[in-house]
Amino acid sequence: MNGDTLQRPTVALDADGAGVLRLGGDWTLRAIAKDAERLRKTLRAGGPDVHWVLDDVTRLDSFGATLLWQAWGRRWPDRLSLDASMRATIERVAVSAAKPLPDPRPFTLVDAIIVLGRAVLGFRNHLVDFVRLLGQLCLDLLHVLAVPRDWPLREISANLFKVGVKAMPVAALVGFLIGVVLSYLSALQLRNFGADIFIVDILGLGIIRELGPVLVSVLVAGRSGSAMTAQLGVMRVTEEIDALSAMGVSRSLRLVFPKVLALTLAMPLLVMWTSSMALLGGMISAWVQLDLSFGFFLETLPRVVPIANVYIGLVKGAIFGLLIALIACHFGLRVQPNTESLSSNTTSSVVTAITVVILVDAVIAIVTRSIGVP
Amino acid sequence: MNAAPVIRLDGIVTRFGANLVHDGLDLEVAPGELVALVGGSGSGKTTVLRHVIGLTRPAAGEVCLFGEDLHAGSPRERQARQRRFGVLFQHGALFSALNVAQNIGFPLRELRIATRAETRDLIALKMAMVGLEPETAVLMPAELSGGMVKRVALARALALEPELLLLDEPTAGLDPERSASFVELIRTLHERLALTVLMVTHDVDTIAALATKVAVLADRRIVSYASLEDTMAVEHPFIERFFGGEHGRRALARSKRTET
Ligand SMILES: Nc1ncnc2c1ncn2[C@@H]1O[C@H](COP(=O)(O)OP(=O)(O)OP(=O)(O)O)[C@@H](O)[C@H]1O
Ligand SMILES: [Mg+2]
Repeated sequence: MNGDTLQRPTVALDADGAGVLRLGGDWTLRAIAKDAERLRKTLRAGGPDVHWVLDDVTRLDSFGATLLWQAWGRRWPDRLSLDASMRATIERVAVSAAKPLPDPRPFTLVDAIIVLGRAVLGFRNHLVDFVRLLGQLCLDLLHVLAVPRDWPLREISANLFKVGVKAMPVAALVGFLIGVVLSYLSALQLRNFGADIFIVDILGLGIIRELGPVLVSVLVAGRSGSAMTAQLGVMRVTEEIDALSAMGVSRSLRLVFPKVLALTLAMPLLVMWTSSMALLGGMISAWVQLDLSFGFFLETLPRVVPIANVYIGLVKGAIFGLLIALIACHFGLRVQPNTESLSSNTTSSVVTAITVVILVDAVIAIVTRSIGVP
Repeated sequence: MNAAPVIRLDGIVTRFGANLVHDGLDLEVAPGELVALVGGSGSGKTTVLRHVIGLTRPAAGEVCLFGEDLHAGSPRERQARQRRFGVLFQHGALFSALNVAQNIGFPLRELRIATRAETRDLIALKMAMVGLEPETAVLMPAELSGGMVKRVALARALALEPELLLLDEPTAGLDPERSASFVELIRTLHERLALTVLMVTHDVDTIAALATKVAVLADRRIVSYASLEDTMAVEHPFIERFFGGEHGRRALARSKRTET
C-alpha cells in the first residue's frame, strides 16, 4: 500500500524446544498497528523465562519498545540478545517508565464540600460582578450624556442591525406559526360553546401582553445573547479586550454599552413585529376555521384589548432586552482563556437569561394584574 | 536505503483572490534532511506548510508525501498518511480543555491500539524526550510558559512516531536561552529518531545550528535550495539581506566555531 517497504513484525518460538523466542521485521507503530492485539498476546505468552532473540528486528521505535517492556513485565528478561542501539531505545522507555507520572487527584468528599462552597461563593461573585457591570454602565451613560462626542454610534447601529433587523425573518416565522396554532386550538374549544367571537379577546390579550414578549425573549436569548457571550469570550481569549484596555479604550463603553443599548432599543420593536405576525397568523386561522372576516377581527381588537396592554408588552420587551444583554455581557467577560470555559459560559448565559426573563415576567404579571384588563 | 523524496512539491500555484502567492514552486526533501524554509514575511511559507499538511490545496500543482499524492486514495489511506507526520504549530495549538498528559496521549488514544499501561509509559517517554518534568503532566495548557507549550506540542507531534516533522517557527517567542535549548532538542531528536524535518523559521541562529539544507522562498518560488554555505554564495537580493547583515554573519561565524 505504501511507497516504502514495511517489514511485517514477526514472533516465533523455536521448534526445538530450547525456549528461544525470535522477533523479526519492523517493530514500529505503523507496522504493529495492523495486528497489535495478536502480537501483544504472543509476546505475553513468551514469559520471562524464554530466551529473547531480537537480532532479526530491522527497526524498533519507542512504541515497539514500550510494547516489549510491558510484555516483559517492566523488567529486563534474564536472557536477551539485541544490538546496542535497540537496547538504548528500550533503556529510555525503562528509565522514563520508572518515574511514574502524577495522577490527577481523585475526587474526594472534601472536594465535594469545596465544590459546594465554591458554588455558593460563586453566586455571590456573580452578583458582585453583575452589580459592578451595572454600575459601570450607569457611569458610561452619564459620561456619554456629558460628552456627546463619545457616543459609540457606529457600534450601536451595527448592533441594532445585528440583533434587530437580522432577527426579523425568524421572529416573523415563529410568531406567525405560534399565532396559527394558538388560534386553531382555541377555535376548537370556543366553537363548542358557540363563543366564536371571543377568539379576538384570547389572541389579542394573550399575544400582545404575554406571549409576544416572552417568545421574542427566548428567541433573542438563544440567538443574540449567545452570540454576545461568545464574541466577548473569544475577544478575551485572543486578548483583544486587553489590547483595548491598553489603548485606554473603555471596554464597557465600546463593547458592553452598545450591545446593551441596542438590544434594549431593538427588543420592543421586535416584540411589536412578532406580535403583529402572531396576530396575523391567528387572524388567518380564525378566518379559515371560524369564518371571521379580517375586517371584523381588526375592528374588534382595539375594543376588547385596551391600549395599556400594548404598552405593557413594549415595556416588557425593553426590560427583557436589557436583562438579556446584561447577562450575556456578564458571562462573556467571565470567560477564561480555554474552550471549556467559553462553552460553559455561553450555555450559562442563555439558560440564565431565559430563566431570569420568565421570573421577571411573573413578577410583572403580578404587579400589573389590575392594569389593562377589560 | 529508500531514496524517494519524503516531500515533493511540484509546480505549486497558490492564489488568494487576486493575490498570487506561489507560482510554480518546486521543492524536494530527501529522507533524513533537516530543511529550513526561509523567506520574507508574507512570502507564503506558512501556506507551503499548510499545503504539505493537507489543510489547504494549491490551485495547481502536486503535493506528494512519501512518494504518494497527498490527496489520493481512500479516506482511510489518507488518514494513514497523515499519521506519518507530526506538526508543531506556531502557537502550539494545544487542546485547552485537556491537561499536558492528555494532550500528548490524545493521538495515541485516537489510534486505539495502545493499552492504558502502554499509553502511560509512552506519555512518560515523550515527556522525558522533550525534557519535561513528570510533575508537569497534570498542568493545563493555560498554566504553561511559552517554552513549555512548545515542548508539549512537540511531544504531541512525536506521539505517533512520525517519520516527518513539520515545524512552524519553532523558536519564535522564546528567549535566546530557551531557543538554544529547543534547537538542541530538535537536533537530538532528528539524529536519534532518524526524522526528516521541514521547518519554517526567521532565525538565522536556528538555521545555522540545525539546517542541513536551506530553501529560500522569494519571487513566489524557491530561488535557492542548497546547504547553508552554498546558499550564501547565491546572488539574490533577499538572500544578501537575510544572511548578509551583521547578525547573520555573526550567527554563521558562531556555528562554524562549534563545528570545528
Ligand atoms: N486564508 C487566507 N486568505 C487570504 N489570504 C491569505 C490567507 N492565508 C494567507 N494569505 C496571504 O498569503 C500570503 C502568504 O501568507 P503566509 O501566512 O503563508 O506568509 P508567511 O510567509 O508565513 O509570512 P510570515 O513570515 O509573516 O508568517 C500573505 O500575503 C497572506 O496575506
Ligand atoms: Mg507564517
